[in-house]
Amino acid sequence: MTGTAPAPGRDVEPGTKRGGVNLPPWAEKAFIPVFFVALILLPFAMDSGGALLGDLTLALAYVVMALGLNIIVGFAGLLDLGYVAFFAIGAYTMGWLGSSFFSSVNNEEGIHIGVQGAAANLPGIHMNFLLVLVFAVVFTTIAGMVIGLPTLRLRGDYIAIVTLAFGEIIGRLAVNLDQVQFSELPLIGGPLGNFFGEEQVITAGRQGITPVDKIAFPGMDPFTSLELRPWFWTALGLVAVVLFVNFRLRDSRLGRAWIALREDEVAAVSMGVPAVKTKLLAYGTGAAFGGMSGAYLGSFLNTVNADQFQFYFSILVLGMVILGGLGSIWGVVVGAIALSFINNWLIPDVLNTLPADVGLDFDMTQISFGIYGFLLVIMMILRPQGLIPERRREAEMTHADEHADESVFVARA
Amino acid sequence: MSDGNGTAALVLDAENITKQFGGLTAVSDVTFRVPERSIVSIIGPNGAGKTTFFNMLTGFYKPTYGRIEFAGRNVTGGRPDVIMKLGMARTFQNIRLFATMTAMENCLVGQNSRMHAGLFRSIIRTPGVRREEARVREKAHEELSYVGVARRHHDWLAVNLSYGEQRRVEIARALASDPKVLLLDEPTAGMNPQESEELTQFMRRLRDERGITIVLIEHDMKVIMGVSEHITVLDHGEKIAEGGPAEVRANPRVIEAYLGKQAAEEEH
Repeated sequence: MTGTAPAPGRDVEPGTKRGGVNLPPWAEKAFIPVFFVALILLPFAMDSGGALLGDLTLALAYVVMALGLNIIVGFAGLLDLGYVAFFAIGAYTMGWLGSSFFSSVNNEEGIHIGVQGAAANLPGIHMNFLLVLVFAVVFTTIAGMVIGLPTLRLRGDYIAIVTLAFGEIIGRLAVNLDQVQFSELPLIGGPLGNFFGEEQVITAGRQGITPVDKIAFPGMDPFTSLELRPWFWTALGLVAVVLFVNFRLRDSRLGRAWIALREDEVAAVSMGVPAVKTKLLAYGTGAAFGGMSGAYLGSFLNTVNADQFQFYFSILVLGMVILGGLGSIWGVVVGAIALSFINNWLIPDVLNTLPADVGLDFDMTQISFGIYGFLLVIMMILRPQGLIPERRREAEMTHADEHADESVFVARA
Repeated sequence: MSDGNGTAALVLDAENITKQFGGLTAVSDVTFRVPERSIVSIIGPNGAGKTTFFNMLTGFYKPTYGRIEFAGRNVTGGRPDVIMKLGMARTFQNIRLFATMTAMENCLVGQNSRMHAGLFRSIIRTPGVRREEARVREKAHEELSYVGVARRHHDWLAVNLSYGEQRRVEIARALASDPKVLLLDEPTAGMNPQESEELTQFMRRLRDERGITIVLIEHDMKVIMGVSEHITVLDHGEKIAEGGPAEVRANPRVIEAYLGKQAAEEEH
């Protein structure tokens, strides 16, 4: 429904069996501004340099990433196990275009576009964060489509395997390209070597590109690591953008085409949905948000380090989407915040010494993936549709139950 | 769409279609011509290659040999969504609705090829996109009402609708794209005689009111004989007979295919 009137589709009508937590549109519309105003004011209640605000900021960045993956996995139903690739590409975009890593460019004087303060005098490429964001979105969108292409003829688990491999390739490249110089590349090595300098390597591997430029908006001083409020608000801004796009797309021609493809590809194609284009748009859009979040995290964490881009991260983000409820926008927000806090606060800060306290010889952080696995198993048993299920998934689950009941009945008869 | 009244212009023309799967020939050298504004049927025993033939017409299979022309264009081996956009819509033997979408949303997907909203314009939701949304929703309601789905069921999830209503919604979804040709794959399967009769009436209405050409795969002889102007009989992938209902009914090869050789001999 495009108007402001409540959509009849969302009214709870007796007999429709339409369960699930789904706010009526007017409530969603009223809820969002209140929610955001509260969040904007939230940092004033906290210490601006404190750990809690840092954890919250990180959680928001993860929300952006989880909502991106939700488009690919939740809306379009393409199980992507290599989402970390887009985090990596976004973060490297930030590292390359916002640090002194390419120290030899422009006769060691550096290239500066729209930056003030200390960064303006450093060697390397230094671009304004907004510009980096644009590059990150462009690069990841292209990467998303490139990874999408080989999966177009595949279904289900096979998509998962190809995307998993793609994520691993990017992860390996991040680790090992610190041994490869631009000038050694075939064909394009000559000009690239001239531009970046003969010795320049492509990534910094496990050492990481650090320090990375702090975010600075045009005409403003760069953020600092002591004042976390601006970081929080920036992340909140990204979340707002991504939420807006998610909601708009969900109720659009494209969003319906995604769901139709997820439900029944043959029927969707025979109803005129172009499968290739529609899937590539899902990969591209989802990847773009991974890239946005990656660029932000590159700056926020002040390092672009190959250890960040390993398989576990893809699973962590996928865990957020599944925990919250596949395809459910608010569910994914909740799932991302919850898992982010479990990952960055509960396990390392609260529970870490628990095994030692009871006389065991390990830290909780060493078994964090065991904990996530346990959480997912519990979820699958108690609430397989996620914390805040999307009504479609809810319908799928109840439908499956009905079938189970029928077969029980038949078996008895 | 040209109103070719009187002139028997062909809307669909499949010439010498053959489909081989490895060593198996599923459809062999079948020529199938459909005049505009007609209702034609394809019949044949199970495994005769009827659905395979449908799948070639709609672009899901590429014929091994042969040429398919639709609305004056060569669509042989074309993509299903492109052929759909040209005006060929279909339903499926076993209903294939988008189960967790509402009846309404199913019909909106059916209009996908008639819409223009892209990624960016959908995000911004330009006035054009808003108008388009309103238009396709209105159209979806119209089509659902046209096939006889009660207004209060339009926003029910497809899984929660009764079997008969699901069949109707599937037809409405196909009609929402304003097709020139509607391919119905065993639409009366699972219907009682009265429902089948209603559907027969409905097919005539579609042809008369909206000028839609209907191609039908059916097993129910009463429906076929009652509604078809022209019948093509397939058996083991080959066309064994064609013609009007009376002609086909009397054809010994058809009786043989359906009832066995002995029955055919007894009849004569």
